[in-house]
Order: sequence, then structure tokens, then C-alpha cells
Amino acid sequence: MLHEPATPVGKDLAATYKMRLGVLMFLFYSLFYAGFVAINLLNPLLMEVTILPGLNLATVYGFALILVALIEALAYDLFCRRKEQTLNNTQNTQGEGN
Amino acid sequence: MTIIIFLFFVLLVIGLSLYLGKKAKTSSGYYAAGGKIHWGVNGIAFAGDYLSAASFLGICGMIATVGYDGFLYSIGYLAGWIVALFVVAEPLKRLGKYTFTDAIDSKYNSRGIKLAAAISTLVVSVCYLIPQMVGAGVLVEPLLGIPHGWGVVMVGAIVITIVATAGMTSTTYVQFLKGGLLILFSTVLVVAVCVRGLTTQPDQGGNVPYYEYTTLAAVNESGQIKVSDAGWQVVELQDIESAKLTFAKLAKDGKETWWLVSEKDGAVELHETQSVVTTRDGQRLINGAPASQDNQLRQVSNIEKLRGASDASTGSVSPIELLAAVSDKDTQINLWKEAALTDKDGGKVTIYYQKVTPGNQVMRPGLKFKVQGTPLERADFLSLMLALFLGTAALPHILIRYYTVPNPASARKSTIVAIAAIGFFYILTLFMGLGAMINGVLNPADSNMAAPLLARSFGNILFAVISAIAFATVLGTVSGLIVAASGAVAHDLLDRFLNLRMDDHQKVRAGKISAFVIGGLAIVLGILYKGMNVTFLVGLAFAVAASANLPSIVMLLFWKKTTAKGITASIIMGIVSSLVLILLSPDLFKLYGLDPATAPIPLSNPGIVSIPLSFCTLVVVSLLTGEKAKALKLAAQQ
Repeated sequence: MLHEPATPVGKDLAATYKMRLGVLMFLFYSLFYAGFVAINLLNPLLMEVTILPGLNLATVYGFALILVALIEALAYDLFCRRKEQTLNNTQNTQGEGN
Repeated sequence: MTIIIFLFFVLLVIGLSLYLGKKAKTSSGYYAAGGKIHWGVNGIAFAGDYLSAASFLGICGMIATVGYDGFLYSIGYLAGWIVALFVVAEPLKRLGKYTFTDAIDSKYNSRGIKLAAAISTLVVSVCYLIPQMVGAGVLVEPLLGIPHGWGVVMVGAIVITIVATAGMTSTTYVQFLKGGLLILFSTVLVVAVCVRGLTTQPDQGGNVPYYEYTTLAAVNESGQIKVSDAGWQVVELQDIESAKLTFAKLAKDGKETWWLVSEKDGAVELHETQSVVTTRDGQRLINGAPASQDNQLRQVSNIEKLRGASDASTGSVSPIELLAAVSDKDTQINLWKEAALTDKDGGKVTIYYQKVTPGNQVMRPGLKFKVQGTPLERADFLSLMLALFLGTAALPHILIRYYTVPNPASARKSTIVAIAAIGFFYILTLFMGLGAMINGVLNPADSNMAAPLLARSFGNILFAVISAIAFATVLGTVSGLIVAASGAVAHDLLDRFLNLRMDDHQKVRAGKISAFVIGGLAIVLGILYKGMNVTFLVGLAFAVAASANLPSIVMLLFWKKTTAKGITASIIMGIVSSLVLILLSPDLFKLYGLDPATAPIPLSNPGIVSIPLSFCTLVVVSLLTGEKAKALKLAAQQ
């Protein structure tokens, strides 16, 4: 018995587009994350600076890393769904869950 | 009431499991819930799987004791989902059937990959299981008043029942239920913290009187400390040179206690501490008196000065106001540290002492991870952040959840639901941790109980509910891990690697027997590793997963020259290098009872070495074996 998927999966014409988009978004987020790590390593006292009323850079950057992850995830889903609807026919759509 | 609520949760989980168990008769049902779980349910179940004892107990405890450094784990754990969503989710769903091994072996059908990936799944799952079981014991001890070991046995028995009855289906719904409740009641707890507000003299809502620690004036006469109040006698002085601390044992009215000595501008002060002493004849003394139900360590940690004021309260505050007040440079917080020494009578002494820390330092990295320290200490921080970022998408019990949904788009959507739920929870961890830090609820000897003890300060019902959810958290995560590990044994090793050609029924039975064995192993390890920090252990599991599994997944998807031998070598290199680095690290030397300075590996987190090493191994071996295969093919053609 070979390693077939748990459930049958049809051909997804948008797969290449989604993979490229995923890599681009991953690189963008990686840079954002790397910026946080770099500030901590190179100039940690900068994290103390208050940049919004009462909130320092560490808090704002930390929350931003969480919020940007969610925003990017939603944007990725939106672009993927649009592409899937354009490229895949109704029967073979990969864009709909159950 | 506490026990009734707790038992209600446990019985609900077992009942649900037995009910759903009737539906899982095939191997697809057991290992992948038939691939029919709705993406919304799967997304919350992802959150349930992921928000383990390390997240709820460990991160809150770490924030409560070292401030923002604990929140770094929240940030890193959440960021890891970006890798899972953008790189792994859909391709993995397309490639695999039941296990992580299925996905990476899909192109090759290689015995080497099957064996290496199954071992990797087992190793990572066991590394992840240990802190969950330790967390279970920690929770049950104060909740039901039973010893740690029995708590671990109880969790193990329930989890084996859950997994052996229904596998992935019941695990999924248990995780869905628990994930949802965890987020809901954590929100309730954060609202309660904000409504109570901040005060310099926390009394747990009037339930526990605020305890004022005493400071005594003293003089230093040629190295001899004399207390100004003649009622106190100095019995002995102890220096801890590595920490630059001096402690004095004082006697008064026949009771001996330990005090922290500080000297500034010629003035000597002695600050009251808490201590646990195990005497040579085995007697356990807490703060100078025999330990008993009534004589335990006092709960600690509070604001010393609120924006410069020694006696201040705010009343209700918004979440932003709470963060602003704690991060203010004029706010001072009494954090509690631990020191160990041996007294002149041969007794083993653990001292818990206060360290006043400005709010601006509490709310930025640096108290635990020395970002201003030596290059090596900074490399350790970088290593941790790397492992957290790359570890999530390589955890076997997370990866197998992609097989429970019907198609790749559902895998993507469930990951987005997971990011939303987990991200929201991780924001809550900052408020829960800080809430425990400023409300005087911490057990100085065990930070893991920060969130449940914070809940108890708002009444026993919230404590019971939060503890029951935390217990369910452990149950759910352990269930997921055991399903992943039993899949590795029954499906990857027995069926695929050893080619035993089992039918569907035999595969399910093999999985259940494996679940019993792995569950038993988890119970033993949970008892042996009592007292270890749960977040620390999970961080190491992330490093092992990122080193062993991620290079194979990424290169399989993005590099066409990847070969089966390259993947096998990379997995083995990842496991061996990360485990060796961990076992020879300063933190583990400390656990062995050895001097951490003598550890041959100076890094506490192995990721910065083992992850690139695993990637390089894959590339080099793939290039070598790929060329060899090409040459053989050419020779055969000629």
C-alpha cells in the first residue's frame, strides 16, 4: 500500500500560484520577525521606548507580530479563494471546505 | 464544589470519547477521523492541540516571574503558524494519509525514510509528552490533594482510555471543546484582572491579608554583621559568589530564619525571605517551622511602587492602562528569585528572596534571556527564537491534524482559524501572567501554577473551572501526541517498514496497543521528571522537531534534487545533533546536579546549530546520492 491521501484530492490548477504566494508572504513575515529579533540583539534598550500612549516598543511589536500573522493569513485565504474560483471549475473547486 | 466541577469535566471528556468511539472502526477513522472534520472545528481543535500545558501553565508562569521574556514564547509559538500556513498546510494535505512519514515518503517509498521519520515522530512526541504529564501532576496536587505521582497516573489512565476507544475523532472533539473553553475562561480571567485593577498591597479580593516583609537595620563590624534590634542573633552568614549574594541565618525566640544581606553606602540592611530547609535528619522546615498544612510558603509577587507611589490603588483599569502602569519606569515590582545553599549543619536550604525590578525592565526582554549579555548568551536567544519559529510546522501531532479535513482548502482554512484563536489566547497570556505577577498569588517554588492560582484569588468556582480546563488541556494534548506516536509505531514501523501487511482491523488494534505502551511510558516519565519547567521542556521539543523534520518537509517541497537518502540522513542528523546538544547543555547539567559551567556545550537552545546542520546534511547527501544515481543510470544505458 502506497502513501495515498486520506481523502481523494482532485487536481488543483491554482496550486502553483498558492505556493508562490505562500513563499512571498512567508518571506515578508520572516523579515518582520527577524526585525524584532534583531532589535533585541542589537539595541535592546530601544524596546523600552514608549511609542504609543503608555505602550513601549516591545509590547507594540509583540502584539503587531500576532496581528500581522492573522491579517496575512486572511489576505492569503482571500487571494487563494479568488484564484481557485478563477482557475478551477465548480465541480473541481478546491476553494470550498465542507 | 471544586471536585464536582473537575469530575464533571473528566466524565464529559470520557463520555464524549466513548460515544465517538463507536464511529471509528476503520484505520482511516482511527488515525485521521475519516478525513471528515469541518475546518472550523479542526481549527479550534488545532488551538486545543497547540495550547498545551506549556502555553497555559508554563507561559503564564514565566511571564509572572520574568515578565516580557515569557511573552517571547507566545510570540514565537504563534509566528510558527505562519510557516505552517504558507509552506506546509496544503502540500502536506495533498501528500499524506495518516502520519508525517506518509507525506515525506510519498515520492520515494523508501524504507530509510519510513524508519527515520517514525523514530523522529516518536522522539518528538515523547519530548513533548514529558512536560504535559509533569503539568498534570502539578495541577492535580493542589486541586484534589493527591500526590504528584498519582496525578500523573490518573491522566495517563484517562488518556489511554480516550485514545484506545476512538483515536483521532474523539481527540479532535475533546480538543475542540477544550480549546473553546480555554479561550472563553481565559478571557473571563483577564476581565476580572482588569476590573480588580492594580494595588501595592494586594489581598486577593480580601481573602488573604497582605503580608508586609520586614527589613532590619544592621551594622558591619569588621565583617561581622550585627542586627540593631538586640532580639535578633546572627547564627551564620553564607555567600553565594556566583550570584553575588549574601544570606544571614538569624535566630529569634528559638526560631531560625534566612535573610538577604544588602549593603549600600556603609548602611547594612537585612531583608526577610522565605526558605525551605531539609535538615540532615530529613525534617522539612518552612520559614523556620516544621512544614504542615498550615505552614506552607506564602504566595508572593506584588507591585512595590505604582508610578512612584508606595501606597496606591487604581480601581478598575482598561487592558491598555494595565500595561501602561506596569511598564512605567517609576513602577517597581517585587519579583521573587531562588537561591540554594547548604547550611553549617548540613541542611539543604532553598531561599526565595525579593528583587525589586523597575517596570520598564519587566516589560522588555532581558530578565531571563540576556540580550545585553555575552555573544554566546545572545546566540542562545537567537537560537530559541529560531526554534520556536520553525518548530510548529514540524510537530507530528500538529501535522497529522491536516489529514482530518476533507481537502487542501479546508487545511488552509482550519490553519487560519487556529491562528486567530491561538493569537487571541497568546495576547491573553500577557495579561494573565502580569495579573499573577501583581496580585500576590504566585507560589515561589512553582511558577507553573500562576494562572490557576490567579483564578483562585477570584473565588473557588473560577479556580475549579480554570483548573478543570487546564487538566483537559493536558488530556487533549497528550491524546493527540499518543495518537501521533501510536501512528508512527503501528502504521509507519509495523505496517510500512516491517511490511507486516496488516488489514484495516489489525492496524487499528496495533495502534491501540501502541497507545497503551506509549501511555505507560508517558506515565513513568511524568513521574521521573517531576519539578522540571514545562515551558523549557516544550521549547526543547520544538528544537528537536525543527531540526529533525522541517528541513525534510521544506526541501521536499521546494528542491527538486532532494533524494530519499538525503531526507533520511537529514532526519537522523537533526535528531542526533539536537539531542546531543540538549543533553550536554548547561541547563541539563544543572538538572543532573552538576556545575552548569562545566557543560561541554555552552548553548541552552540547540536550534541555531542543529537546524542548519540538518539542512546542510540533506543538501550534501542529496547531491552526492543524486549524482551517483545519475551516473549509474548513464552506465546502464551505455
